[in-house]
Amino acid sequence: MPTTTTVPKATVATAISVRDLNVGVHGGESILKDVTFDLTPGRILALVGESGSGKTTAALACMNHLRSGLELRGGSVQLHKGASRFFDQNMDLLTLSEKQVRRLRGGTIAYVPQDPALSLNGALRVGEQIHEVLRIHEFGRNSKQREARVAEVLEEVGLPSTKKYQRRYPHQLSGGQQQRIGIAMAFACRPAVIILDEPTTGLDVATQDLVLKTVYELTTKHDVAGLYITHDLAVVAQVANDVAVMLRGEIVERGPAKQVLYRPEHEYTQTLLAAVPDLKGARDMGGGPAVSPRAAMRAPWDHGHDDAARPGEARTDRDRAASSVAQTSDNEPLLAVRDLRLAYGPAVILDGINLDLLEGQTTMLLGESGSGKTTLSRSIAGLNGAYTGEVRLAGQVLANGTRKRSNEDRRRIQYIFQSPFSSLNPRRSIGDSLEVPLEMSGGMSRKQRRAAVADALDAVRLGRSYINRRPGELSGGERQRAAVARALVNAPSVLVCDEITSALDVSVQASVIELLRELQRDRGLAMLFVTHNIALARHVSHKLAVLEKGHLVDYGPTDHVLRNPRHDYTKSLLEHVPTL
Amino acid sequence: MSAQNQQPVTPDTPVTPSAASFEPAESRGDARPVSFFRRFLSQPEAKFGLVLTGLVLLVAIAGPFVVPAWTGYGPTSYAGKPFQYDIFGTDNLGRDVLSRFLEGGWRLLLYSALATLLGVGLGTVLGMLAAFRGGWLDSVIMRTGDVLLAIPQLVFAMLAITVLGPQGWVLVVVIGVTHAPRVARVIRSATSGVVAEDYVLASQMYAVPQWKILGRDVVPNIMGPLMVEMGLRMTYSIGAVASLSFLGLGMQPPTADWGLMINENRIALSLQPWGVILPVVAIAVLTVGTNLIADAVSGASAGRVTGSARKDK
Repeated sequence: MPTTTTVPKATVATAISVRDLNVGVHGGESILKDVTFDLTPGRILALVGESGSGKTTAALACMNHLRSGLELRGGSVQLHKGASRFFDQNMDLLTLSEKQVRRLRGGTIAYVPQDPALSLNGALRVGEQIHEVLRIHEFGRNSKQREARVAEVLEEVGLPSTKKYQRRYPHQLSGGQQQRIGIAMAFACRPAVIILDEPTTGLDVATQDLVLKTVYELTTKHDVAGLYITHDLAVVAQVANDVAVMLRGEIVERGPAKQVLYRPEHEYTQTLLAAVPDLKGARDMGGGPAVSPRAAMRAPWDHGHDDAARPGEARTDRDRAASSVAQTSDNEPLLAVRDLRLAYGPAVILDGINLDLLEGQTTMLLGESGSGKTTLSRSIAGLNGAYTGEVRLAGQVLANGTRKRSNEDRRRIQYIFQSPFSSLNPRRSIGDSLEVPLEMSGGMSRKQRRAAVADALDAVRLGRSYINRRPGELSGGERQRAAVARALVNAPSVLVCDEITSALDVSVQASVIELLRELQRDRGLAMLFVTHNIALARHVSHKLAVLEKGHLVDYGPTDHVLRNPRHDYTKSLLEHVPTL
Repeated sequence: MSAQNQQPVTPDTPVTPSAASFEPAESRGDARPVSFFRRFLSQPEAKFGLVLTGLVLLVAIAGPFVVPAWTGYGPTSYAGKPFQYDIFGTDNLGRDVLSRFLEGGWRLLLYSALATLLGVGLGTVLGMLAAFRGGWLDSVIMRTGDVLLAIPQLVFAMLAITVLGPQGWVLVVVIGVTHAPRVARVIRSATSGVVAEDYVLASQMYAVPQWKILGRDVVPNIMGPLMVEMGLRMTYSIGAVASLSFLGLGMQPPTADWGLMINENRIALSLQPWGVILPVVAIAVLTVGTNLIADAVSGASAGRVTGSARKDK
């Protein structure tokens, strides 16, 4: 095929059709049950589902790849005649030999993996990496034509095509640029089908926006059939033409994107959609209404607090924290951060941060990776003692490190870690792990501690039967609930939540947020909710603080900041956030 | 666009999952991994290694109890002319080879086990401290270890034994100490992986005493590499003790000992080979056995062995 710059148009209606695909664990349960879908040139099909629903397995099966331990139990993946320049008749990809499959992958079906930093060869210059794909698949007649194609495809993904740029190594590029190199490699051979496996998960919203636009443009312009795997329905709304929703290995709903996203028929799709945070606050999420643009300062769930908590006094008698700090007046912040600075040598991580946390209110700390938000939250919790400035709890200045703080100070500020997969010791039972804070603050017998742990597990709605389980037996959401319970056993007054929902599926995220809101209402907790996801703002926070490169660039009531962002960074975040 | 893509969800699906059935916080009770021991045993290496090691252990431990009764001779008593061929014959001084063989294993095993325990224990503590505390302590521990590593193990042992005399405890201490830096390196890297986990940070946050963090959070999570080191160092210890005995720096005559037997009987290898073959085979089988066990342990702990029902529905 001559490498002209004209865009080859697909001559077929369907590139690949998958029929009744069944895949299971060797001698075990099935992963995919009768999965059927078509990939159409020029259109993107989004395969949506939560972790473990089998969406990646289905996509990899399209390339005749099964992860080790899995077996094919039936079905066909039909590559249609004319869709590929390598195969000129209809064929079932699942019956191909290893050699044929190798020609197929990369040339006819391209794959963009999730993490660009891991999938690029760090020892090869980026131009050479793209060139290699072309050489292996015998694209073009000679090296010169291939070089021209490398430059061309770099332009197509919106990167500079100069020789100088091509001589860079992956580590010299940003995450977004790396992912676009990955996409360029996938598109280099003009494949018939491209499979994208959550390619924007690790990217910030502005970069995600750019990558999504690139993908959308390239698939439509070059008539490539796209399969986009994601759990993020807002992203689906941006790129996909068609949507298939997967639940435990089955496609439960499918159709054009507009229909599935706005008029979902299956109950599961509705649950998923209800869990998607909405920046506009028009929809409810996390078990209650959001801060609507009209409710200026107070969040609507506060009214519920005033009305419901008074008569239900019995409900809160277990709550030692709320009663001990109830006298604090509304104006005086429970926790105040004053002129907090932190620098490692010349690198300034945090610069002059002032932040107030009020009792019963949530402040959202927003920022992308590297902005210093975790450092700030850890400084407040005492995990990072290298800061200068003051952290005051109820008017008293706290010591710089947890080990220097008193038991009482430690008890009152609790920190929840980002990843529930790392924050619980896999070799200890949930009960043993949750007991640690009580054990360290002292004054309770083992029996009393067990009882307190059981109560906390009830409070996070896991149930006391979890006390003897190990973290390995729990799902991600359950583990995060257990981690929340560990923060609650000591009846704290301040809860620092460091990206606690970012490792979770959207529906789990919604349930965790619902839980936090309920706990805040019941116990009057002051919360610092650290996140990179601005879409959650109206669902959790009373106040919004935007952190960029160690500076608080925007700070104020949530609604106020969202409507009148002062800083360019906040504006760009608001502009690029994907919405339904 | 095909008809398939537009096909709506069939409303007459027989099983309409209720809202509760896709509740996100669903427990995965089946995710409990198969126990370490089961994973270990499921490998052929493990069974083979256990059988080999067990055989030698049986000979070495039960041997001393049956020696005069079954063979008719004690390990040092005169049994006949040198180099006769009964079952296994006699050695250069006319002592019964079989009796000496049965008697001579337990010291080797005991000394290598003690040396392994000492070496792995010392190395684990030092390695964990280095990774956990970091800073100057890390540098001091690891660089001191490097200095020790620069001296060949056997040369170091020979030096120490020449100075301190060929006694059992010297053998154990010297071999143990030379193991320690090697173990410390492995344990340090395993520990630094664990220390980076959030649960260690959480324990720090709750001001848990540091020794408790090491004992409760770190040790259980480095058991895999620790067991592997244990098996590996056992193999090396057996080799080292036997070599030193062979060189005349371990057990002294007339003690019956496998390493020493090889040395004593090698002069008559062509005349009466049993005095060499028996201990050589025993030591070889033992090291192969312990090595296979170490391999199986590392396989089981690295998760190379499947059989856990980890895949969710």
